[in-house]
Parts: sequence; structure tokens; C-alpha cells
Amino acid sequence: MKELKLMKGNEAIAHAAIRCGVDGYFGYPITPQSEIMETLMEEQPWLDTGMVVLQAESETASINMVYGGAGCGKKVMTSSSSPGVSLMQEGLSYMAGAELPCVVVNVVRGGPGLGTIQPAQSDYFQSVKGGGHGDYKLITLAPASVQEMADFVDLAFELSFKYRNPAMILSDGVIGQMMEKVELQPFKPRMTEEEIVAKYGDWATTGRTSNRKRNVITSVSLDSEYMEEHNHKLQAKYKACEEDEVRYEEIMCEDADYILVAYGSSARICQKAVEIAREQGIKAGLLRPITLFPFPTKQLQKLAQSAKAMLSVEMSAGQMVEDVKLSVNGAIPVEHYGRIGGIIPSPGEVVDALKSNFIQG
Amino acid sequence: MDIKDIIKDENVIYKKSAVLTDNEMHYCPGCTHGVVHKLIAEVIEELGIQDTTIGIAPVGCAVFAYDYLEIDWQEAAHGRAPALATAVKRLMPEKMVFSYQGDGDLAAIGTAETIHACNRGENIVMVFINNGIYGMTGGQMAPTTLQGMKASTCPFGREPQQDGFPLKITEILATLPGTSFVTRQSCHTAASVRKTKKALIKAFKNQQAGKGTSLVEVVATCSSGWKQSPTKSNDWMVENMFPFYPLGDLKDE
Ligand SMILES: Cc1ncc(C[n+]2csc(CCOP(=O)(O)OP(=O)(O)O)c2C)c(N)n1
Repeated sequence: MKELKLMKGNEAIAHAAIRCGVDGYFGYPITPQSEIMETLMEEQPWLDTGMVVLQAESETASINMVYGGAGCGKKVMTSSSSPGVSLMQEGLSYMAGAELPCVVVNVVRGGPGLGTIQPAQSDYFQSVKGGGHGDYKLITLAPASVQEMADFVDLAFELSFKYRNPAMILSDGVIGQMMEKVELQPFKPRMTEEEIVAKYGDWATTGRTSNRKRNVITSVSLDSEYMEEHNHKLQAKYKACEEDEVRYEEIMCEDADYILVAYGSSARICQKAVEIAREQGIKAGLLRPITLFPFPTKQLQKLAQSAKAMLSVEMSAGQMVEDVKLSVNGAIPVEHYGRIGGIIPSPGEVVDALKSNFIQG
Repeated sequence: MDIKDIIKDENVIYKKSAVLTDNEMHYCPGCTHGVVHKLIAEVIEELGIQDTTIGIAPVGCAVFAYDYLEIDWQEAAHGRAPALATAVKRLMPEKMVFSYQGDGDLAAIGTAETIHACNRGENIVMVFINNGIYGMTGGQMAPTTLQGMKASTCPFGREPQQDGFPLKITEILATLPGTSFVTRQSCHTAASVRKTKKALIKAFKNQQAGKGTSLVEVVATCSSGWKQSPTKSNDWMVENMFPFYPLGDLKDE
């Protein structure tokens, strides 16, 4: 049964995790996302679904617990905010190398360093370009509402199991902390070992039964020929993701002269900015990438044929703008507007930036 | 009598454990890793837990441990085996889980994961190979390198003011309420090998009984890292390692 509730984005993540049959959550407290583990501990899902919830000693431990659980074919996740996600990069690289699925939620705060607990979008590069060592990518989803925080948990797991690669839900302090109404999905039971094998194949370390050889979860090989082949296999998966998994939303783009490109909470601000611009007679539209990797490159290319310019609006010093520029490849001007260090831009500021970059002077 | 007659079942008094694969081990002559692998294989076979055991391999010389035991394995990042083992056991409590780690893995880079897994009393077995040196990377100083002992990053001998003191992590772990069985063994004589096997059996049986963390340290040789012959290494270990790392049970509850 679906249920309508009022809650924070972080709480929605926790409820969605229990409802979509997650097997394990491992985390370490950090603002602005601690409500995720707090909600899970409060809900005590182990009594109903058997879901394991454990407070680890660090984010390094959390992500390696996630590795262990994922290696058993389980649906396991962790969540953190920027400094904690930095600590997870080694583990994520190992998981991409060992082809393990998992979901990591990053409720981004301003950096660098300990930075600030206020919202930011300055971990874009870290999320979509790999983040750790080696040639790999994280499937990255960017929720722009509390509803999407809830819905993307299941979607992220689906994609991460389909491609056997970690998936990131890249949120921010605004979406994590704000309250909105949310429709929670009905409960899905956790999968049994047999169901996991039937659906995803027999690769997990659940104990070597006499009807199969041992399963080994590893990312190491000293054979460079094999390693090159393995890397090609990973790259082929990322290519397939780019072909099949791009998700985005367009608002008033059909006749737009100016396209705002924004994700997450910046997209919410830009939605209002489009309204204000249109009231002033400026034909603005919004392209909101929902998947940041894979990036909606083709759609941006298409829009670049009819639009005059694009403005990438992010709470960063200009990260996604690089991907917008690469997509458009010089066809039309692309600029960046952003506030940094935990400041949230207003819709009016975005309209002013649009004007000063492309319209006045 | 030809060889086929000799290896008939009724004549066999000792054979390779069925849990050991036929892969040739990559370890150097005189290395203790291979002996401990063999013991774990025998224990798994004797306890009948081959189908339910998941091993967690370290980064270190034993990184390819999964080539040698016919069980399911996960290969962890350097030092993180106890975190993997924690999740594997908690998500599949009916399975048997052990980590296998060197001293750099368990007592330097992975100290936090080690202490906290033990402190939570994770119901797992941890096998700890203490050779007092970083074998895999070519003989650098380990947290367990003895005072005065030479390694490539303390070429004039470990000097506490510069390098700190050797760490008795096993003694620390024995103080934690989460551990039930903490023991220090060796594999330099036939008798000590048998004792180590007994300790491993107890550790796995403790897991079956849900007793919390069991830690089996094996004081080990690294002829390549120590730059001594295998026999000399054994003597050196007895003379130098055992006085600082005395053998025996530290805790058995
Ligand atoms: C994060 C990281 N740092 C460093 C290394 C390099 N490294 C590999 S094995 C090792 C030390 C292994 O020593 P030990 O754990 O004592 O095991 P041994 O090889 O002696 O069996 C180091 C430093 C690594 N692989 N990963």
C-alpha cells in the first residue's frame, strides 16, 4: 500500500531503503545526513525485514562493510556527506574493479576540507569522474525533491545490480534537510539467496556448494593482458550505461533561447528562475540532468541546435559546466553561475546572471 | 609394487586436504603462509564447512590466498578484511567467516578495523600472520618489527625514537570484551604446527558456538624479508621473536 507522508529527504532515504528490501546499511554519522542512520535505528527494521543496520567506526569501515555485503550478493548501502565520501573513494574503486553493486548516498556539504555543514554541489567531479584511482565511473543519480530521494534508492539499486557497479545518489544539504510530502512505495521483501542467483547470476560468495567452483570477489591481477581485457569490459559497461540509462527532465525547453542546466536543489531554484525570466519576456528553459553519469550529452547537443546559449547553474565553482561545454562542443556559448561555500543562489540572481552573460551588453 | 599400489587408499597415511587446490603456491622457501594455508584447509575439511565458509584475503603476500583454498573468497583492500568479514557474517550469520591478515594489514593500516571488529565481538575468526616485516612490498618495517631489527626502511635497525616501538596488538585485543579466544602460536616445528591446528579448530568451533571474535596469531618467518636462510630464520625467530612475542593462549573463555 502506498502511503503519503511529510518528511525530510534524509528520512525518506531511510524509509525507502527498508521498503525496497535493502539487506544492510553501514554508516558513520556526519551532518547534514545523520537522520538517515538515526531513522533506520529508530525504525529497527531488523525486527521486521531482517535488514542489518550497523554504525561503523569510520566511513572507511562503512564502505568496506558494504564491499563485504555486496560480495555476498546482498543489497547494501551507506550514506555520508562530503568528507566521509572522500574516505570511501578507495573502497568505491575496489568495488568498481571487483564489479560489485551498492548504493552510496552523498548529502553534499561545502568543502574543501571540513568546509561547512551548509549545502553545496562541489562533489560533482568526485562523483561522476570516478573519484578514486583507476578508470571507472559511478552511476550517479541527482534527486531534486524528497520524493526523488525516496524513489531513487530502488532505482539506484536496480541500476547498480544491472551493471554490477556502485551507484551514487548525489544529493545536497537542501534536499536532505527540507521537508516535503512523499509517497512511499509498498514494501518489497528482501531477496533470498536463490532469488539473487536466479536474477543476477551465481557470482556471489555465499559458500562454495558442490555444484559450482569457488567464487572469488577481487580486483587484483598481475596479468596485464587480463587486466586490459577487464578494463575494456568495464568501459563497455559504462558505454552501455551512456546508451541506455540517461535520464533528464526538460522544462519549457521547446522554444527556449536560453537553457539553464541544473541538477538537484539548483534545479528547483532554476525552475523558479525560468518562470521569472519568462515573465520578463526572456524565453528561458531548464534541462535538469537526473543521471549525472551517464550525462544527457545527446539532449544537450540537440538543444544547442535551437538555443542561443546555456548557463550551467551549480552550487560549485563550476564543475558540471565542463560536461555541458564538452557536450555542446562550441556550438553555442556556455557559461557557469554558482554560489559556493554553502551559499544558496536565489532565482533572481540566476536570472540576473543569465542577462549579464548573454543578453545585456 | 608400483606407485599406483602405494597410493591405494588403504596405504595412505597422509594426503593433501581436498580443500587445497592444485595450484602451486607463490610463497618463498621457508615462508610460513603456506603451512598456515594448509592447516586452515585441513580444519575446514575436518569440520565439514567447505560449503559454508567464506575467507577474506588481505593485501600482503597472502593476497592470492584464494588461489589455494577451494572455498568462496573475497579479497579486501589493505587492512579492511575485518570490515568485510563483519558484513559477511552479519548478513549471513549461518556461514563461517574468517579473515587472514599480515601484521602490516592487521596492525598498521587496518588497526581501526581490527580493534573495532574485535570490540564489537564480531563472531568471526581472524588469522594473523606476524612475520615482523612487510613481505610483499620487499621487506620494509612493520608495526611488529623488533627493536634493533633491520628492515629496508630502518636499515640500521628499528630505533624507537625514530620508528616507535613494536606493537603487541594481540595483547591489546585480548583485553577487549568482544574477543573470546586469543592465542599466539608458531609453525617452526612439527609439534608447533599441530598446536596451531588445534588453535584454529578451537577458533572455528567458537564461531559455530557464537562466542564472538577468535584471534589466532602465528609468529612467522620471512626468509626473503629477513635476508636469512629458512633454517636460520627459524632459529632467529626462536631467539628473537619468541621472547618479545611469547607463545600460548592469552585468553580462552
Ligand atoms: C592502501 C595501500 N597502501 C599500501 C599498499 C602496499 N602494500 C601492499 S602489501 C603491504 C604490506 C604487507 O605486509 P604485511 O601485512 O605484514 O603482510 P606480508 O606481506 O608480510 O605477508 C603494503 C604496504 C597497498 N597495497 N595499499
